[in-house]
Formats: sequence, structure tokens, C-alpha cells
Amino acid sequence: MGAGHAHALYVHEHSPIHAASPEAKVAAVLLFVLSVAITPPLQAWAFGVYAVLLASALVVGRIPLRFFLLRLVGILPFILLALMVPFVGSGERIDLGWVSVSREGLWAAWGIIAKATLGAGAAIVLVATTEVPAVLAGLRTLKVPSVLVAIAGFMIRYLELIADEMGRMRQAMTARGHDPRWLWQARPIASASGALFVRAYERGERVHSAMMARGYTGEMPVLEERETPVASWLAVLAGPMVAAVVAVIAVVGS
Amino acid sequence: MTAAIEVRDLRFAYPDGREALRGVDLAVGQGERVALLGPNGAGKTTLALHLNGLLEPASGEVLIGGLALSEETVTDIRRRVGLVFQDPNDQLFMPTVAEDVAFGPANLGLRGEELDAVVADALERVGASELARRPPHHLSGGEKRLAALATTLAMEPEILVLDEPGSGLDPAGRRMLVETLAGLDVTLIVITHDLPFALELCPRSVVMDGGRVVADMPTRELLARPDLLAEHRLELPYGFTLAHD
Repeated sequence: MGAGHAHALYVHEHSPIHAASPEAKVAAVLLFVLSVAITPPLQAWAFGVYAVLLASALVVGRIPLRFFLLRLVGILPFILLALMVPFVGSGERIDLGWVSVSREGLWAAWGIIAKATLGAGAAIVLVATTEVPAVLAGLRTLKVPSVLVAIAGFMIRYLELIADEMGRMRQAMTARGHDPRWLWQARPIASASGALFVRAYERGERVHSAMMARGYTGEMPVLEERETPVASWLAVLAGPMVAAVVAVIAVVGS
Repeated sequence: MTAAIEVRDLRFAYPDGREALRGVDLAVGQGERVALLGPNGAGKTTLALHLNGLLEPASGEVLIGGLALSEETVTDIRRRVGLVFQDPNDQLFMPTVAEDVAFGPANLGLRGEELDAVVADALERVGASELARRPPHHLSGGEKRLAALATTLAMEPEILVLDEPGSGLDPAGRRMLVETLAGLDVTLIVITHDLPFALELCPRSVVMDGGRVVADMPTRELLARPDLLAEHRLELPYGFTLAHD
């Protein structure tokens, strides 16, 4: 791993979205996700508008489609779960020849899939255009309690370290001839996970000591306060504001 | 002149019953540079944690600049004694190096431009100004060491305690660290297994074994005593002999 590389979720580009202030972007994503979340699934046109908004963010932010789709794979488990809903749903059934599904369930599944894709998509745009420290600084500026920001920061910081440690453990196992292919060979992985947990716990204690040694008293110090010009707020929020208006129309119209 | 560090009959046992310190006595003068040597499990790190008030002695006393360590003085003492941990990953916990360096002084109440100036100064003292905006995860081992040192220097400590600062560094990184440490105007305690490192940096050596101080003498003299070194599992690197002068 070379020094100077950014986070795996970050796309190195120079775009207006990359340059925008992080707190505005965080707020924009929140507004967009909220709009998507409150829209009733039956108002399919609204989701079309959201998709166009998200797609234009991808274009403006110069995020490669392939990169975006690969990141989106993360929501697959939710989609699989959603696909089961029509089969177990109640109410009016639609006959598809060899199997019948619930009409209500179909709409519910569509809602889950559309909302999950759009929500995750917005988050992907945020982290693809904003480096992690900036996202955290943005959260701080938005007055998210400093303890929560600190927890998020620690999680990201040490998740990478734990993943490295896991990688090293796996290498150590492979180096001694372990080559798991089947589930019943998972035992060493399980015990390694246990060891990893203990290591992470001990590291937590050491990090706490290191914080105490530098005068930590239980409250994270607030480090910076920056002002974002109103115009730049408006520029970033323009898209999500369209989404909000669409959401209101959709809710009222249903 | 009061001693920078005075430890009197310090005893400590870990919750599992293991006695780590069995009556340590040690006095270190202001501006002295002392190497703390000894085998694994000798109690070196445990002693270091006491100097900063992170562990509470079972019995005995720790005085920093004449001030006895107690609940009332622990905040002040933590500012005066900077501790650099063995694994820099434990010490670099903020999203960027600059924020990490700012953590200590911000806890002391510094804000705004004053804080920025302290951070810039600390990074400059270790020659790591260009690391400021980088996330710690992407630093090399040597860069992490320097950043961890800067986080402590930013608190303007009078005493600096380093736990195996040279481990995991390549020769050039190690050289840079020695130069940086030698240029600091502080009392220095360096825990190490690296005897040439100790010789380069610290005129005085204290050897611990089994929770006690078992030797305390000029480093050069200690390294010329193979019997004493062997007794406490210390060794000079192969082919390394000390020129007699």
C-alpha cells in the first residue's frame, strides 16, 4: 500500500462537487435521502425524477459508472430480502403462471429496492467526492455531537487497521498450508476472528490510554469552525431541493 | 535544583496478580537523557505509564519536578510528561495528522490561530510539516513515529518518555529520529532494546529486571560490561565492539 493514496471509496477528480464544502454535501445527501424515504412507492414518477438527479450528480462529479455500480453491490442483501416480499405478502394475488405473488408485496419490494438504491447512491456520491476527514469535519460543522463524530472517526480509522490485521492473519494461515474451500474448514477463520476481537479490544484500551496521556477528560475538543458562503450552500442543495419539492407533491398527491 | 523525575519505592501489580514493579527507585535530573533498558517483562513500560499518571501506584511515590503525583495534580503532570507509545497506531487516532497533533493542546484549551500555530510548530520540530493533511493510515512506519512524536511535543512537555521509539524503523528513519530527539530541549527517558541507539542518544542507562532497577551507570560503561549485559538478556549487535578511550 503506497503512501498518499486516498480512501478506497474516493474518486480522485476535480469537479464542482469535489470542491464544494463538505457540510453542504452532507446536508444535501440527508435532504435527498429524506425526500426519497418519505415518497410513497406508488408515485413511480417521483423516483424517475430522483434517478435523473442522482445521474446528473454522477456526471457533474465525474464518477465512473462502473465504480458507482461496484459500490452499489453493497446493498444486494437488502435487495434479495426485498425480492422475497411479493411471495410472502398478503392481499390481492397476481397470477404469474406457475407462481402467484401479492400485488401489495410487489409495490413494497419496488419501494425497498428503489429507495435503497437511491439512498445508497447518494451516499456513494458523497464519499466518492469527499475525503473521510472532510466528511467528519462537515458533520462537526453541522453540529452533530462531537462524541458521535469521534466514534465515526475512530471506526473508520481502526476498521482499516483491523482489516489489515485480518489480512495478515489470513496470510499467516495460508503460509502454513491452510487453504479453506468449504464451510467445514472455517474453524481457523472463526478462531482467528476471536483473536482479532481480543486484539481490537486491547487496542481500544491502549488508544484510551494515549488519549488520557494527552489530557482527554471525556469530551472531544472542538477543533474548527468554518463558514460556508450561502451561495455555495444553495448550489449544492439545488438538486436535493428539487427532490424535496417532488417528495412533497408525491406525498400530497397520493 | 529539584529533580525532573523522582520515583520512590514504587510498587505495582496488574489485576491478574502479576507484580510488575517491586520497589523502583529512580532520580533523573533536568535535561538528562536516560535509556531505560531490560528484558521483556522487566516493568519498563509499566514504569513509563506511572510517570504520566496512567497507572496508579499500589505504593510508593512519583514526583515530577518536585510535584507529587495525585488526583489533583494528574492533569498538570500529564501536560508536563509527554508519553510516546510503542505502537504509533495507538497514538494517532484522529482523521488527519494535524487534527491528531491538535488533540492535546485543544484539551488544554487552545483554539483558533493559537492552536494552528502550535500544531504547525510541533510538526516542524520533527520535520513532518508536509504530513499535516494526511490520514494516519497512509503514513509509512517512520512517518507515523514522527507524527506520534509531534502529537506529544505539541503539549510542550518538560519530560518526554518514549517506549521503543526505534522499533520498526529503517536505518535512515532511525537516524532521523535520533537527530530529532537529540535536538529537543527536554528531559528524555527512552525505553529500548537497541543498545547502539541508547549509546548514541543517552549518556546514562538504567537497567530494569524483575520489576527493579538493577543497574544505573553511564551507557558507555554498561556496554563495556558483557557479564552485566548477559545477566539481563541484553546484547550488543554481532560484531559491535566499543572503542576504549
